[in-house]
Amino acid sequence: MRVVLAEDLFLLRDGLVRLLEAHGFEIAAAVASGPELSRALAEEEPDVAVVDVRLPPTQTDEGLQCALKARRRRPGLPVLVLSQHVEQLYARELLADGAGGVGYLLKDRVFDAEQFTDAVRRVAAGGTAMDPQVIQQLLARRSAEDRPLERLTPREREVLELMAQGRTNAAIASRLVVTERAVAKHTANIFAKLGLEVSDDDNRRVLAVLAYLDHGR
Amino acid sequence: MTTGTDGHGGAGAARGFPLAAVRGLALALVSLPGAVVCFVTAVVSIGLIPVGVGVVTTPYVLRGVRAFADLRRVLAAEWGGVRIPRAYRPLPKDANPWGRTFGMLGDPAIWRDLLWLLVDMTAGFVTAVLTAALLAYPLEGLAVAAGLWRVLPDPWWYGFVPVSGQLTALAAGALALALLVAGHFTAVRVLRAHFLLARAVLAPGGSELAERVRVLTETRRDAVDASAAELRRIERDLHDGAQARLVAVGMDLGTVEALIERDPERARELLARARRSSAEALTELRELVRGIHPPVLAERGLGDAVRALALRLPVATEVNVSLPGRADAPVESAAYFAVSEVLANAVKHSGADRIWVDAHHAEGRLRVTVTDNGRGGAVVGAGSGLAGVERRLGTFDGVLAVSSPTGGPTLVTVEIPCALS
Repeated sequence: MRVVLAEDLFLLRDGLVRLLEAHGFEIAAAVASGPELSRALAEEEPDVAVVDVRLPPTQTDEGLQCALKARRRRPGLPVLVLSQHVEQLYARELLADGAGGVGYLLKDRVFDAEQFTDAVRRVAAGGTAMDPQVIQQLLARRSAEDRPLERLTPREREVLELMAQGRTNAAIASRLVVTERAVAKHTANIFAKLGLEVSDDDNRRVLAVLAYLDHGR
Repeated sequence: MTTGTDGHGGAGAARGFPLAAVRGLALALVSLPGAVVCFVTAVVSIGLIPVGVGVVTTPYVLRGVRAFADLRRVLAAEWGGVRIPRAYRPLPKDANPWGRTFGMLGDPAIWRDLLWLLVDMTAGFVTAVLTAALLAYPLEGLAVAAGLWRVLPDPWWYGFVPVSGQLTALAAGALALALLVAGHFTAVRVLRAHFLLARAVLAPGGSELAERVRVLTETRRDAVDASAAELRRIERDLHDGAQARLVAVGMDLGTVEALIERDPERARELLARARRSSAEALTELRELVRGIHPPVLAERGLGDAVRALALRLPVATEVNVSLPGRADAPVESAAYFAVSEVLANAVKHSGADRIWVDAHHAEGRLRVTVTDNGRGGAVVGAGSGLAGVERRLGTFDGVLAVSSPTGGPTLVTVEIPCALS
């Protein structure tokens, strides 16, 4: 699996390259600025891009903008955005095209190499990887005004959180130490309580949940 | 700034003479009783401060004095073309009458008002009466000459002329004409002198520049205090937070090094703990950074920073931003934290279920308004946090205006003069 990596701090870039290579990824390009990233994305045709939000030369959200532009040129280009801080605003922009293949994680998440590489693979396969903090912020906001969310049991809420992060039933099952069938039952209940249409496709399911949580803002 | 009633130039004077005389009469009628009443009540009220009653009444009386002086400022501009600058300190807003009384008594402009009352009831009154007399007295002389002398007691002194017959009456008429001509050339100037006299007493010493220096000194002190307090807070947060956690991580890693051969199980536990500690340190640093300069503000500017902020609020918030460019970083930051504080206030105290934020730039000013549909009653001061916002905005010559009637809605406006790039 070929990865384009954009991170301006040498230590972090070097660490990420080593981490990804150790887990069987091939680094097509590791770059340190916005223009280099744009070029690499156009030339390398990677399976997935791992991009820092803030990049030189502007030191603004150049990485995010490059990623969004590349996705407009090549819809569904898998992009995992890393940042020191997560904002619903950015998450919404990444999810806006509804094409999937999007990740948005705090840089801290690379501490757990297994989970991080799992997220990269998921995004590369067209799935979603939303940071738990984004989901918690969304839930906190929605809970204040949303009756259906209040009707979820604590366990269903846990499942909803993990599902919104983009995890599959199997992953949720192993995380909560229950059977996949139990998770499937929980998800069916959640969809019924929130009035969402059930879909067999994992990715559609995640996007529906995220759209529900972000609704009306 | 001059108006048509300016005393320079014959044509203006010709039109202005009767008008000036009437105005002089009006001023004379208002200034003497008005000044006496204001002065006496002010002195009595201030005298009653030791008894306690004065503490309550003084702010009201002084505000009355100020209104009386303000009326004269308006008349000076409209009738005499004399602009009298107004340099009162902002009224202390805290509800405590004690603080209000002494806040006002500490304002030199108030004392200038009181001094002016004395001047107005004497020299001011004389100049006003003189303006009226410049027309009235010649008219009297003409009336005497025209035949009024017949019914007046004999001799009737008009000026230095003892009127006792037709001949002396005509002499009085000639004197009246001479006085009328003199009045024609002087009346408007005398009226203007009345206002110049008021300005000499009311205008702050060294004028607006001195006032500006005072304001700048005050806001600079506030800015320095605020940034020093902010640095202390950051130092404390780093010292007790991230720094302490990194020390713990270092110690744990040292122990791991020692244990890795002897007790791998325990070493693995410590490694996990070190990782948790470093994650916690990161979380703390992130919060700290958000408090110093929010990353979205740096990356996207004020509009998106406020949008991102609104997305974190538990109250539905609509954000409308039309800024064609970005302001300087310090201005952006001041505006952001002002809005953030106002929003936090609205969420905490207003009980609102909807908030609207509007930001735009017009006439060289960045204006952000925050409206909520809550219960109102917000005030600057009273520990609302809005007082701090006002102080911080002061550094940028920015202002905070709060309109919050009991029962709502609350409308808070933040305005900062700046250019966009």
